[in-house]
Amino acid sequence: MSTVVLLCITGLGLGALYFLVASGLSLIFGLMDVLNFAHGALLSVGAYATWWAASHSFGYPLALLFGTAVGTLASVALELGLIRPLYRRPREQVLATVGVGLAVPALLSAIWGADARTFPVPGALAGTFTLLGASVPVNRLVLIGAALVVLLALRLFLGRTRHGLVVRAGVEDRAMVTALGIDVRRAFTLVFAIGGAAAALAGGLAGLYFGSVDPTQGGSLLIFGFVVVVMGGLGSVSGAAVACVVVGLVQQFANYYSTAGLGDLSVVVMLAALLLVRPSGLTGRLA
Amino acid sequence: MNVPAVNVASLLRRWWPVPALVVLVLLPYSALPLPGLLDGPIGSPGSLQLLALCLVFGALATGYDLLLGRTGLLSFGHALYFAAGTYATDLMLTQAGLGFWPAAGLGLLSGVVLATLLGSVSLRMTGIGFAMVTLAFAQAGSILVQRDPGGVTGGEEGLAATGLPGSLVGIQHTANLYWIALAYLVVTLVSVRWTVRSPIGRVWEGIRENERRVEVLGLRPYGFKLVAFVLAGTLAALGGVVYLLLTGGATPQTTTSDFTLSLLVMVVLGGSGTRWGPLVGGVLYTWAQHRLASLAGSGTIAGLPSVLRVPLSQPLFLLGVLFVIVVYALPGGVAGLPARVRARTVSRSVPRGVQA
Repeated sequence: MSTVVLLCITGLGLGALYFLVASGLSLIFGLMDVLNFAHGALLSVGAYATWWAASHSFGYPLALLFGTAVGTLASVALELGLIRPLYRRPREQVLATVGVGLAVPALLSAIWGADARTFPVPGALAGTFTLLGASVPVNRLVLIGAALVVLLALRLFLGRTRHGLVVRAGVEDRAMVTALGIDVRRAFTLVFAIGGAAAALAGGLAGLYFGSVDPTQGGSLLIFGFVVVVMGGLGSVSGAAVACVVVGLVQQFANYYSTAGLGDLSVVVMLAALLLVRPSGLTGRLA
Repeated sequence: MNVPAVNVASLLRRWWPVPALVVLVLLPYSALPLPGLLDGPIGSPGSLQLLALCLVFGALATGYDLLLGRTGLLSFGHALYFAAGTYATDLMLTQAGLGFWPAAGLGLLSGVVLATLLGSVSLRMTGIGFAMVTLAFAQAGSILVQRDPGGVTGGEEGLAATGLPGSLVGIQHTANLYWIALAYLVVTLVSVRWTVRSPIGRVWEGIRENERRVEVLGLRPYGFKLVAFVLAGTLAALGGVVYLLLTGGATPQTTTSDFTLSLLVMVVLGGSGTRWGPLVGGVLYTWAQHRLASLAGSGTIAGLPSVLRVPLSQPLFLLGVLFVIVVYALPGGVAGLPARVRARTVSRSVPRGVQA
């Protein structure tokens, strides 16, 4: 029983990390048709900024805030500097993000080395607590809590604000929104800012989860981010939320009850199977 | 009297690849030093090894462009078929103890079978769905190789090949490996050129431009796309076998999605959908990656201030930046450069003529 509880909480924690990556990816793809390969780089930027601040005696909450802010700025800079000039060439937009996804991790490993750096986990989050007989690391709860807050904030933003309305309408039919006289392109920058903030937050929390930061972390989380986004249906935040819970849990349970690595394998096989049975993903959106 | 001269020029324009190939075949006998471009003279083993790698990746990019540039299929799983060629051959050598040629044959065959099976499944999807399914399959392969559940692939350390024929091993036989790489390049270029100009190639072009219209014409795109997928996968598997010879083993890095992305970068860098573009991109990328890495360790870079030295020490950073620049400034890739220059000189000279 205690093992099952531990696996559940850890799986949900991992799913929370995936959700933070996937929510931004999903919105960006839904609105702009850009598969953002630089999302992993944004995560790494957030992770390194948080790590830098935390090891320069900022407190962890402040460091996380700093990392998220840096990631958001990087994301906005990416959108304004590289994506915006290519609005008429969607294929090139994707390629530009591939280039950034290549260059940023290389730059990070040039500055701080290719090896993993130990993340200074604060004492309050390093311990465990007992739940139904299982001793669960506290940081899993932090991850789950952060993901829930982001999910709630995104739902409120998308459902209750005017900008959220523009984003939702843009995901449904961008041409129609433009025809109604609304400048969707302002929403592009907004969506990139939100996505970048969530990814950078994921980076800072990933440091907590893995206990270290390294330049390739973003890339490997990005792959599972893609898996979650496609499973949940592109452009759907709620779909991504459901998919990340499934993916996180399956991965943890399969990794524990069979050989290590089979969990990762079962997730990608699950994606392939789901796409072949239901090409539109869980929520029935066009993939 | 000028007629023969014109003929020579037009002959040269049509047949220049032949003398170029002859030069490439003869390169191992050359002792010409190319300072800056290569470490030693062209015929030295180190230079030949790098040249062979460049040729292999040029050919791989050409094969990948069969999907990306010719048929308009964005596959994120091309590394899988390359790695299938490498690892299957390697396993036949180390585990089954076969000779090199049967092992290579089986390695190639496994690539073909894998491409046919997975291609026929993933091509049921289009667009992003296809990209993601191919990514998922390739990722599954990559995980299998790296986690190594059966204890045969060597996991993260890779798998050194054993039992290779003596004439293909060792530093004194690098020229043989170079010729094999060159032969692989020729096979790739010829089969891509031949299929692209065949009726199937016309249909590929149609699928790339507008798949719906191909369907309206009464053709089923599925079969044509599958042919492209299997041919590209076969060429990749063959490249995997050549790569195994060149590096003397299989490495898990060749199974990753990063490997496929680097192929994508090569194709776009050189010019997608052109005859020579992917080759140029592959050669340029591979050369830059190796040369920049050794430049970074040299004194010229170490003496620079850290603001310049740190980014310059990472070839991938420079390649990423270069790639973004090419995407911006040169939409046709390097292969489109001569046409752009010509267009610019023409457009510059025309207004002058109008004014006069």
